[in-house]
This record gives sequence, C-alpha cells and structure tokens, in this order.
Amino acid sequence: MLQHASSLRRSSGRTGGHRFLPALRPHPVATLLALCVALFSLLPLGFIVLVTFDVGWETVRELVFRPRVGELLINTVYLEVVTIPISIVVAVGLAWLTERTDLPFRRFFSGLAVAPLAIPAFVHSYAWITFLPGMRGLWSAVFVAVLAYYPFLYLPVAASLRRLDPALEDAGASLGLSPLRVFLRVVLPQLRLAICGGSLLIALHLLSEYGLFVMIRFDTFATAIVDQFQSSYNSPASNMLGGVLVLCCLLLLLLEIILRGNERYARVGTGTARPSVVHALGALTLPCLLLPILVAGLAIGVPLYTLGRWMWLGGLAIWQADMLGNALLQTLVLSLVGGVLATALAAPMAWLSVRAPGRVQRVLEACHYYVGSLPGVVVALALVTVTVRYFMPLYQTFATLLAAYVLLFLPRAMVGLRASIAQAPVELERAATALGRPPRRAVFEITFRLAAPGAAASVALAALGIANELTATLMLSPLGVDTLATRFWSLTSEIDYVSAAPYAVMMVVLSMPMTLYLHLQSKRVAGQ
Amino acid sequence: MTVLSIENVSKRYGKVQALDQVSVEAMSGMRTAVVGPSGSGKTTLLRMIAGFETPDSGHVSVGGELLADAETSVPAHLRSIGIVAQDGALFPHLTVADNIGFGISRTDRQRNERILSLLDMVELDQGMLSRRPHQLSGGQQQRVALARALACRPRLMLLDEPFSALDTGLRENMRKTVSRLLQSAGVTTILVTHDQEEALSFADRVVVMREGRVVQAGTPQELYFHPKDRATALFMGDAVLLPAIAKGSIANCALGNVSIAGHHKGKVEIMLRPEQIRIATDSGSDDTTGQVVDVEFSGATSTIAVALNGAALPPIRIKTSSVALPSPGSYVRLDVAEKAHVLEA
Repeated sequence: MLQHASSLRRSSGRTGGHRFLPALRPHPVATLLALCVALFSLLPLGFIVLVTFDVGWETVRELVFRPRVGELLINTVYLEVVTIPISIVVAVGLAWLTERTDLPFRRFFSGLAVAPLAIPAFVHSYAWITFLPGMRGLWSAVFVAVLAYYPFLYLPVAASLRRLDPALEDAGASLGLSPLRVFLRVVLPQLRLAICGGSLLIALHLLSEYGLFVMIRFDTFATAIVDQFQSSYNSPASNMLGGVLVLCCLLLLLLEIILRGNERYARVGTGTARPSVVHALGALTLPCLLLPILVAGLAIGVPLYTLGRWMWLGGLAIWQADMLGNALLQTLVLSLVGGVLATALAAPMAWLSVRAPGRVQRVLEACHYYVGSLPGVVVALALVTVTVRYFMPLYQTFATLLAAYVLLFLPRAMVGLRASIAQAPVELERAATALGRPPRRAVFEITFRLAAPGAAASVALAALGIANELTATLMLSPLGVDTLATRFWSLTSEIDYVSAAPYAVMMVVLSMPMTLYLHLQSKRVAGQ
Repeated sequence: MTVLSIENVSKRYGKVQALDQVSVEAMSGMRTAVVGPSGSGKTTLLRMIAGFETPDSGHVSVGGELLADAETSVPAHLRSIGIVAQDGALFPHLTVADNIGFGISRTDRQRNERILSLLDMVELDQGMLSRRPHQLSGGQQQRVALARALACRPRLMLLDEPFSALDTGLRENMRKTVSRLLQSAGVTTILVTHDQEEALSFADRVVVMREGRVVQAGTPQELYFHPKDRATALFMGDAVLLPAIAKGSIANCALGNVSIAGHHKGKVEIMLRPEQIRIATDSGSDDTTGQVVDVEFSGATSTIAVALNGAALPPIRIKTSSVALPSPGSYVRLDVAEKAHVLEA
C-alpha cells in the first residue's frame, strides 16, 4: 500500500501515462503497525521471562511448584468453568427475549440488561458484601461475577441476533425444524462468533479481577499476586505467579481460536437483510418476564439499594466537593485519552484479523489479546521495572499510566472493532477502489465509516474499563493523581463504607452515559 | 480496436491452478461473456482485470496500456474499470444519490446533473435519490450499482454475475435493459456468468472456460452450433451426440445419412441440437427411424424421447411443436435440418 500511495502522489490523473508498480502485497502498513503494537504488548511477558532468567531455575521451581499455586489454579478453573456457562445462558436468554420476542417492555429490559456495566465489578461486590456480609468463597464469587460481567456477552449476542438473516431461520423451519430446534441448530451456531468473543472477554476479566474477589475473599492469582507484592515486595514470587497466569490466558486464547472457527460472517447476499421475525410468547409471557426482572433486580436493584442506603446514612457530610471534583476530572481525562489511544492502536490488528487472517496475523493477534488478560498488577510491575531500569524520566508519569491502560484494554478495543469490521465486507471496499478511490481512502471512507459505530463502542468499552481500573492506577499514577476508583478503594480498605459511597455513585454516574451509548450503538446497524 | 487484451495469463493459489495460459481479447464497444462452470477461473480472471488480483505470468492491458504482468500492477483505483458485483455491493451507509455520485468528484459542478441523468438512464425514479440501499428491491439495487459504475465513465465495464440474484422474469428484463444501456453508452463490457443462456443472449462474443483454461471463443452462434468438444457442446445447451462413420461431407449414423460441415473420414462423433431434428410429417412409409418412448408436454413446445432403430443408444430427446404430437409407442421418421457438427476427438 505504501508504494501505491506514493505513486498516487506522482500521477496526476486517472488515465494516461505509465504507472508501473510492484504487484500488490498483503497490507504491509497495517502489518507493520500491528507488529509494533504486538511488540509493545509483549513487554510485560518479556519482563516476566527476564525476571525468570534473573532468579534462576531453582527459585522458579520453588516458587511455581508448590501447593499454593495448585490451590489457585483449582480456584481459577472452577471460577471459569462455572461462571462462563451461566453467563452464556443468562446473556443468550436475555438477548433472545429482548431482540426476538414480543416480551412487554423489551426495549426497557434491553437497556437494563446492559446497565450492570455501569457498575464496576468491585462496586458490585461492595454492594453485595454490605448487603449480605456472610458472602464468601467460590459460589459467591461466581454469583457476583455473573452479575457484573454477563453484559459483555449480552451486547455482542444481541447485536448478532439483530443482524441475523431471518431467511436462514425460515429455511430451518421449512426443513421441518421446530422453533426450539431452529434456535439450537440455526440461530445458536451463528451466534458463535459473538459468544466466543464475549466469553473470552469474561474469562479474561475473571483472571485479572482483583477488587471483586478480595471483597468476597476468594483467592485467585490476581489477589495472590497483589498480596505477595504488598506483604513482601518480593517481586520474583509475584512475577512467577504472573507467569502461571500468563499461561492460563494463553490457554484461553487457544481455546477461543479453536472454537471460533474461520467461516465468513459478513453477509454478501442480495443487498440488505430483511428485519428479523418477532416470536409471540403467548402464555409464556409471564414466566419469560421473570428472567429480565430477576437479573435486573440482582444486578442493578441490589447495588442501587445498598448505595442508596449508605448515602442516606452518610447524609450531606460525605460529599466533599473539591476532593470528588478533582478525582472526577482526572478520571474523565484519563479514561477518554486512554480509550481513544487503545482503539487507535487496536485498529491495524482488528483490520488484519478480519481481512487477512493467517498464521502471522494470529500470532500478532494473540499478542494483542494476552496482554489484556494480565492483571493490572503484572502490567504495572513490568512498567515500573522497565521505566526504573531503562527510561527513568518516564517513571510515574501520565505516559506510563496511559501505556498501562492501552496494554490492559487492548482486547476490549479489539473485540468491538473486529466484529464491526467483519460487518463491512471487502466487496464494498473493492467497489470503492473500482470507482477510483485509492485503497487507503477506500478503507477510510467505506470500512472505517461502516466500522465507526463499532469503533465508538470500542472507545467507550475501553474508557469504561479505564474509569474503573484500580490496581494499575494505584501503582503507576503520578503523585497527586487520585481517580474515583483509587479513592473508593482506599476508603473501603479503611472500612469507611459510608464515605466510599459517593465515589461509587460517581463511578456509576460516569459510566452511565457510556453504557447508554454502548447500548444505543449496538442497536444501530450500520447505515440504518 | 482492441480494448482489452489478456495474454497468456496464469495464476496459481497453492496447489490450484486458477488460470492457465489464458488469452482473451475484447474489441471496442463489444459485449463479451466469459462463461464456465464454477471453479473454471472466470471470476479470478475478472478480478484480475479489475485489479484485485495479480497474474503470476502473462500480461493484462487495456487500451494499449499495460495494467499488470508478473512484476507490476496498476492498482484498481487507477484503472478506470467499472465493476458491478453479484449483489450490487452498494454502500449501505450512503443514499442512492451518494452511491451513484461516489465516483464523481464533489467539486464537480455538474455532479447533481450527472447523478440525475444516470438515474434517468437506468430508468429509476427521482424519488429514489434519498433512499438507502436496503429500501430498494434487488433489481433497483443492480440498476443503482450500474449507474454508479457508469458515473466514472469507465473504459471497460465488468459484470460479475449481476443478474443471478434476481428472479427469472426480472433477470431477463434486466439483461435486456443493461445490454441496451451499455450499447448506447458504447462501453466495452465483460460479463462473467455460469449461465450459458445468459451468455448467449447477452454477448456478441462468448469465451468458454474450463479448469482455468479458455476452451473456445467465438460468436454465440459459433459456440452453440460448432462447439469444439463434447463438454462444451453439452455446456452450451442440450445436444444429441451420435457416433457416425464419415465419408466426405456425409456421415452415416443412427439417423441415417446426414450432411456434415467440412470433410471427414472414418469414425467421428457428430452433434445435433435437438431443434435441428424434426419429425417427418409424411410418415406413410415403412422407413421409420425410431419409436417414441416418452412425450413431455411443456406448453408451446414439447420434448419427445425417441429410441432409434437398431442402435444400442439411449433414446434421443428432441424438441418439437406441441401441435399434433405423436403418442408414446408410435414409430416416427426423423429428418435433420442443416448440417450436423463433427466434434473433435
């Protein structure tokens, strides 16, 4: 593409003159950019490898092959294996009801289904632990995790359901399948990309989450690493745990790649699909209403009730305007800048993974993904060590903090972008070049335009994550930087639940427009 | 004048030889159809002309200008070649007006006039201008796609099975409209299709491809009545294939002595199109050719299966007027109109 672009500048018209150019090669610029981002994402991994070499095999064996690591591994496996299927059932059920049936108030419920995203995971657990102080262990962790994370599945599944070609369902029905079997054999397989993407996102969150599990007192690698770091500052131990965590993440990635398959999902039929069919629930309406009501009650009702109660108890005294305002402003700026940055850096890879899938692209993509599954603390440790060792002027600056955000939220930016680029078939880009648009402009005018809603969703998703990011911010923020999340955390750590409430409310309020936007964007099919 | 010239182009994808030494020419203002079964390489050829693929060897030139060979390739956007895809590939985020105007510069003062005249040309109503592609029917989408491609005044127009997504009646209608439009615009056109009937009725010249090679090229009549080999004969339409002994311009086969084009000697295989064979009306004599085994009535014409006397061949199927059909079991005498075609061994 580089060569072609330069030739464009040389040639003035569209006809006449000889323009001999090297034959097309597959997307060198995008590959180069993706490679740079991938190398940058390898930084934390490289850091772990480096430290492993530094401490030597004996120490590594001592630190990795011990019962504690086994316990953590078992906890992690249980957590993933129980949480994800439940989340899939909840999300697909809700998405089906709100998108494909005549459920009363389905628009309202569809909004409510996304709403838990506005509440950070550790605020969910703060709400539940102060509502039911006895909560702890695996099942409590699963319970809160499902409530906090199922929207990550609901969003892509609902969007896919809206875009499915109803002709396929008609075909299924005409082949003699009952509505249930049409759902299982025609609809569900087509949701695979959405389910795989969403599940991966949740699985990675479960590996990285710190605050939620600390409050529920369920030990995962993330909590163990922070404990280790705080108690002894013995970083080899936490780095070794981080190494095991990286392996878990790589395993998940591999699993998703296998399950995802490589069919084409862009629709290249006769122009645009008909709107989808709405199924009448009939006598099942009331029982079906129970699911969205129950989920909304648990995922929204309880947190709102608890927050309301703490605020009532605290009264006006807990609203210290300057402290709150300062934290709010800093959070806003950091999350927006970080979100845009992460999306911009994810774009080349997202594009390659849809348009030029291959072995090299998969490796690069894996680099983009694995880094987001690292707990904030591992990324932070890596950046602390690297800046202290090699780039001292960058230590404890906004640049380092933003670098951590980009690394942590690259996968979020990727998922939305990849799915939306898949919605812009390459045929349209070809049509634009045949009409005289240079390849780069064709990409900008057609693919980027069609993917724009997805890109906006990616920025919002990443920014949402940054606004609520806790551990990396605690460790990397320059002096004097206090985000809502870090203030909230230090207050809850002092068991000052009352004073923490306004920060939690602010985080929720801040996340609300983004969540709403996300919800609306997912409703909007490109060009409609 | 030759507009498009493809010389000895080859392309390989891994183990698959998509194109093997393909050469095709298209003359100015002519309509050429490239026809072949799926996997024959016709779409690869089209994409190569458009600039979405590069040849491993050979040359592609348009209007005397070299567009691509093994080393160099002019990118698609600099080729001035229009393309209409199977599904139209309209931009879903743009209105009909913006789709048509996509290739016209925004600073062009006559942009709006051009859009209107193009819309008029493809016989669409002005009320359509502000609509989005999803609000159009399949035929309307194809018209917009054609107008959009014509807007750039291409020196060559590529049609990639543009009618296959339409229903039968509309397809024929669109084929005629598009053919007329392109003719009046004087645009050299290449149509890629797997439908031989479409190729025969649309084009001035037909190129038959099979397994990455050009098997035969010529006028529709040539290809229909004088196919080179058996596979082409059958691909271009129904055919009656009979073994025969040739002697000069006469061949002796199960239908008796039939005249053949050219001079041949010895064992040959001859081909007749079913409509060349007629049931003799003066069937009073005993010299029947065969027995009717099946009659298939289909409106104006009917298909009759006749088992030929003394030949261990499957019954031949001929088309005849539905007036005064022979009944199954009756004996008939068959006459052959025009010369039979001798296939290459």
